[in-house]
Amino acid sequence: MSAASPPAADAPLLVVDDLAVTINGASVVDGVSLSLRRGRVLALVGESGCGKSLTALSILGLLPKAARRVRGRVTLDGQDLTALDERALARVRGDQASVIFQEPVASLNPLMRVGDQVAEALRLHRGLTGEEARREAVAMLTRVGIPDAERRAEAYPFELSGGMCQRVMIAAALVCQPKLLIADEPTTALDVTVQAQILGLMHGLRAEAGATILLITHDMGVVAEMADDVAVMYGGRIVESGPVEELFADPAHPYTRLLLATIPRLDGRRKEHLRTIEGVVPTADQWPDGCRFRSRCPLAADICSRTPPLEPVRSAVRRAACWRTAEAAALA
Amino acid sequence: MSAVSQPLARRRAGPRWSLWAPAALLALLVVIALAAPWLAPYSPTQQNLLARLKPPGFVSRGVTYWLGSDELGRDLLSRLIHGARISLLVAFSSVILSGLVGTTLGMMAGYLRGPVETVVMRVVDIFLSVPAILLAIITVAVLGPGLINVIVVLALTRWPRYARVAYGQTLGVSNMPYVRLAAFMGARAPRILWRHVLPNIIGAMTVVATLEFGLMVLFEAGLSFLGLGVQPPTASWGAMLSTGRNYLATAWWIATFPGLCLFVLVLAVNLIGDDLRDRFDPRAS
Repeated sequence: MSAASPPAADAPLLVVDDLAVTINGASVVDGVSLSLRRGRVLALVGESGCGKSLTALSILGLLPKAARRVRGRVTLDGQDLTALDERALARVRGDQASVIFQEPVASLNPLMRVGDQVAEALRLHRGLTGEEARREAVAMLTRVGIPDAERRAEAYPFELSGGMCQRVMIAAALVCQPKLLIADEPTTALDVTVQAQILGLMHGLRAEAGATILLITHDMGVVAEMADDVAVMYGGRIVESGPVEELFADPAHPYTRLLLATIPRLDGRRKEHLRTIEGVVPTADQWPDGCRFRSRCPLAADICSRTPPLEPVRSAVRRAACWRTAEAAALA
Repeated sequence: MSAVSQPLARRRAGPRWSLWAPAALLALLVVIALAAPWLAPYSPTQQNLLARLKPPGFVSRGVTYWLGSDELGRDLLSRLIHGARISLLVAFSSVILSGLVGTTLGMMAGYLRGPVETVVMRVVDIFLSVPAILLAIITVAVLGPGLINVIVVLALTRWPRYARVAYGQTLGVSNMPYVRLAAFMGARAPRILWRHVLPNIIGAMTVVATLEFGLMVLFEAGLSFLGLGVQPPTASWGAMLSTGRNYLATAWWIATFPGLCLFVLVLAVNLIGDDLRDRFDPRAS
């Protein structure tokens, strides 16, 4: 299909190379590079406003109107998405790569039967019509664990619970068997028990279909549960990346260390206060020079006024962008 | 206290008379208009110069003028019944035409934004800044009078109302996650507007259309009153009102009955519009 030579089987499915996005000239994503192999789950984590959602949206060319991609390439399965026009991108969306959102109820059209909403992608990308599309939609609803899917397909979103709506949205996203699923805070709006069910569902689908997932979240619990690899973002840059277990066991970047330390623990001392990271995230036009975490970092030193490169640290598969990773081990 | 409990009481009240009563009235008028040739006792254009300006109930040579006769001795009741066709035809056609044009342009402006938004909404501003009836009069004066021209002119001058509302509603709906998700799933603008935006703004558009409908009836009457609408001898409520005005002192019935008909039709339609507005406005309930 694309002019590029077919990618090797072990080549990464998704490659983001030196992506930079600005909003009104302020840098919100700066030099982000990611690589996601087939069948893996990569979690992009960070606080609100760190650029994780914008990074994910710009993969499919879905940036809000005010935002502009100023640099970087995105390659999905060997195809350069940044070179495609709007019409060609629309064919990729929902077919080769889909998105699920954090607001399941609001993300479904209130005036459309859920079966039709699941079938929408089939009509758009597979040219299916009527009964055929309906049958596939019902089958997909059954796969995502909706009981009595035949009847539920006729329901309107307000007749279903939030968890059900999230299942419907997952069904709509997966019905064309996309190579890549971008899950933007998929469980944030759900209560904890439903969260567990949805995560279980995503686990199942992943094992079954070998889905490749880019998971965007600020919830470290979800990361530990779902992801193979993690990329931690701060201030529009990736500050640390690596396999989940290694990174959680021994974070190299001070920001990751402090972020993990903020998670409340059941076995903590009773009188202990919830821990926080000092300071607030500066607005996008007020980043300090050099390392952007410098203004809140307890280890900040003179050298930090130069931008640290994202370099291998501790093991071959891990990287961190910090001058003082050696000292960070003592932190928290 | 009663103000607080009222909405609840109203919801429990069973059939909604505030909607059904005027709707029934409108339906009755539509049936009368459709069945005019069979309902009208006499021809609307048959003149009888011996029975000019006769009061309601006048009987002449076996012909009963239930609502009297006009200045050419034509039966007023028959003319009223046939006149209903013109009023309703003009109102329905112009509402549908202007609604289609206005809603389409408004949705495009609200969803696509950018240059489309600028052009469409500035044109809307220009149209809305000129009194619509004045615009209609000028256009008819240029195009010439006649039924089709009146409909076209009303559609041309009234679409900005719909565009304005459709634009605002679309701006709101476009930011809903389900509209963004549709784009994220690969749907393109026409499909998103048709399947996701339109169904969610159609309620508001219906309200505008209903309120406009009453206005269109009056516009047609006004244009006919000024001699710019349907031409004699075709019966139209507005034209009847216009001629009847000259005889108001001597033959009050010629102007009064068309006026009453207009009043009842516009009232019915506006009551429906008000009720629909309350129903579609989330703040009202």
